Amino acid sequence: MEARILDEFLAIVGERGLISSLEELHTYECDGLTNFRVMPRAVVLPNSTEQVQAIIRICHRERMPFVARGSGTGLSGGALPVTNGIVIGLARMNRILEVDFSNARVVAEPGVINLDVTGRVSPQDYFYAPDPSSQSICSIGGNVAENSGGAHCLKYGFTTTHVLGLEVVLADGSLVHFGGKTLDAPGYDLAGVFVGSEGTLGVATKIILRIVKRPECVRTLLAAFPSTNEAGAAVSDIIAAGMLPAAIEMMDNLAIQAAEAAVHANYPNCGGLLLVELDGPVAEVEALMTDVNEICRANGASEIRLAQSDAERALVWKGRKAAFAAMGRISPNYIVQDGVIPRTALPRVMSEIERLSQEAGVRVANVFHAGDGNLHPLVLYDRRIAGQEEAAEVLSSKILELCIEAGGSITGEHGVGEDKKKAMSKMFAEPDLETMQRVRCAFDPLQLSNPTKVFPTPRLCGEQPGEYLAHPAESAGIAERY
Amino acid sequence: MHSSLRYKIIALVGNENVRVATAADAVAGVQPKLVIEPGTESELAEVLRLANEAGLAVIPRGGGTKLAWGNPPTRADLVLSTAQLTQIIEHAWADLTVTVEAGCTIQRLQETLSEHGQRLALDPLWPKRATVGGVLSTNDSGALRLRCGGLRDLIIGATIALPDGTQASSGGKVVKNVAGYDLPKLVTGALGTLGVITRAVFRLHPLPRNSRSFSISAGNAEDMQRFVLAVQDSKLAHTFLQSHFGGEAAPVSDILFEGTEAGLTAEEAQLRKLAATRKVSQAGTSNWTAREELWSFSNAGTTAVAKISLLPDHLARTIDRVERAAQVHQLRWRALVYATGLGWVGLEGKPAALKDALELLRAELETHGGSLVALERPEKMTDFDAWGNAGDALKVMKAVKKQLDRKGTLNPGRFVGGI
Repeated sequence: MEARILDEFLAIVGERGLISSLEELHTYECDGLTNFRVMPRAVVLPNSTEQVQAIIRICHRERMPFVARGSGTGLSGGALPVTNGIVIGLARMNRILEVDFSNARVVAEPGVINLDVTGRVSPQDYFYAPDPSSQSICSIGGNVAENSGGAHCLKYGFTTTHVLGLEVVLADGSLVHFGGKTLDAPGYDLAGVFVGSEGTLGVATKIILRIVKRPECVRTLLAAFPSTNEAGAAVSDIIAAGMLPAAIEMMDNLAIQAAEAAVHANYPNCGGLLLVELDGPVAEVEALMTDVNEICRANGASEIRLAQSDAERALVWKGRKAAFAAMGRISPNYIVQDGVIPRTALPRVMSEIERLSQEAGVRVANVFHAGDGNLHPLVLYDRRIAGQEEAAEVLSSKILELCIEAGGSITGEHGVGEDKKKAMSKMFAEPDLETMQRVRCAFDPLQLSNPTKVFPTPRLCGEQPGEYLAHPAESAGIAERY
Repeated sequence: MHSSLRYKIIALVGNENVRVATAADAVAGVQPKLVIEPGTESELAEVLRLANEAGLAVIPRGGGTKLAWGNPPTRADLVLSTAQLTQIIEHAWADLTVTVEAGCTIQRLQETLSEHGQRLALDPLWPKRATVGGVLSTNDSGALRLRCGGLRDLIIGATIALPDGTQASSGGKVVKNVAGYDLPKLVTGALGTLGVITRAVFRLHPLPRNSRSFSISAGNAEDMQRFVLAVQDSKLAHTFLQSHFGGEAAPVSDILFEGTEAGLTAEEAQLRKLAATRKVSQAGTSNWTAREELWSFSNAGTTAVAKISLLPDHLARTIDRVERAAQVHQLRWRALVYATGLGWVGLEGKPAALKDALELLRAELETHGGSLVALERPEKMTDFDAWGNAGDALKVMKAVKKQLDRKGTLNPGRFVGGI
């Protein structure tokens, strides 16, 4: 990068806030999706909104794309740098600015770690509900970008449910505020549009969160079934009985084995394991737990256990949350897939995954948020065996196609990012995607904020403020202006 | 309007679905020319495209119950009605979702959902006539929002028709989905200024097994605020909590619990303990329609109803300001405020006095991060902006409007900041 621009960044963030040496830049060339790598021109680590604005004003002037990055745990390449662009790392903006218990609001900077919000409010018996498995390291800013979910969103909702307001630096460096501490601010729900936009609409620099009072009690039940079919039938019956559990998770035998090997969660060895968590007032939860128990038994559960202590409950969850990483115990390489199906399609989709897996000679372990039909098939392979990686990739995309055919989605919580851009055209028609891109043009007409992500075909915006400058993608002939 | 356009529209939707607008079709005092009721979503999109091409202003309409909300349109040529788009396309009860056309009334939708013990967990105004599209466009949620979220939390997919004829779907049919931008949230509360919602997909909730509701009286607004904050800070799992204020009467809160009999009994005991010396009585189901009563002032020419939004711990302060404004300007008033901080104020008096009082209240609320949107007001005070300050986000809102409705065809001038 030109020294004059580096000097300008240096003047904004100081020496500790600028990374430009090749060896240090390697850390930032990918996020949690490691098979895509792009070297950024520089990484800038601001520690205030004003610094973020100053950095982005330079990007805007230079027509230089930028990618915001939180903890870099994303699994779809959302924080993957873009060619000729810089990375704005927000890890230093990690202050919780305000905690307001009477109104159940927290104001946080984007670099705050998800679990630290709960940590801060738990003495008063509150918690921050969205709980992605990476919650001990992922950042609130990253959660906002991806609209992160987690196991408990069945009852409590997603990040978007819990974000009430945002301070955002737009791609021209200007500062805007969407939503606020109160609900239904006049105008369009731009906070609703921004959450889950994967960094393509600007950079959030302050986030107003809603916190939730801890329920009176939490009960977690483990039920062992012969296969995921019976476990799935039990899930349907629980929902049909009019219950809304805090979480319903399912694991198949391969996933159980991996979790056991990794964290010794003491799971029963079975074909389909169900984890059902109810929370709320004691009397209510106990009455409903009796029903859940009966439903599991009626659907052929061979063993049912109720976690007897907080420690036991924590262990049960540790096994589930470690499931992805645990795959390393049973396979040298694996792809984490994230698709959604209507819950009722579960038996059909599961047997189809099984068939495809056998056909390809590639094993698939299954972990799902069964309550909301969010599948996480883990496609296991060994890179050292010729052809396995390709076979695994093909199988992984076929699974996504199954999800689309079943009326579901190509991503429930990991995002589209770089990874699933192409699949967007399978899920959405061209006019759908064009409409979304028109909204993008309203926020970022020059397409500087995390360009090249989410959408399969780059489209440039018609009207632009200031003088006309060809976009790099346009000069290269891979995009057209419309 | 050019007659050739009229013929094109008639050829498209059929003669019987096009009629000349009458005085009853006026929108906040502005008289449109034609009312068109397309029979399909594609026909609707095509009529919209033709109107846009011809430079006509289009007013989308569902049940027409909230047509006066917002500022009067700067122009109004066609009323584009969803009256024929009433189909419930798919109630996937085992998946707890429903796909429904925009013109279906909330009541009919709820009746269908209840056949499988489910509901759209929403209590909008006038459900018998209000439609899915109208409720979405006005973002009309009620007391259930506390437990089940608002429309933004319930809608999971939408199809909209844009002025250029594009029919765009976003979201999907599954509850958990982060593919693409969340445009269902963008059109929720957009007052039909970006596109016409023709179809929506919602997540559903089970109907409760049992329910109990109670009314709690407090000495004054401050005492009521203490009670509401205490309930919110407790382990009670209530479904809604709303407080009524007005005139000379002491404030009363209604609280609803849903669940198993065993659970409800335990909740009741805890509630009584929390209420301490305040009077607790069993309440009927009439408190469900408490919001509609705000519209029951005698004369529309002297009535204003505003939606207010405040921080829950500003409840007493806000009520005090309403009371003072009412006293100064000689107004009758009542208010209903949910534990979420959303609320409604009804005022009755001379239009000039109403305007002064609303301006005072808006300033007070905006100073503390809240807002006041004057939804219903006498026709004589239309120079009072319905929306208030949208802050520095307005430039992005205007840019979004320009991207989707470049010519300002849909509901021109009705929304925030002149959109």
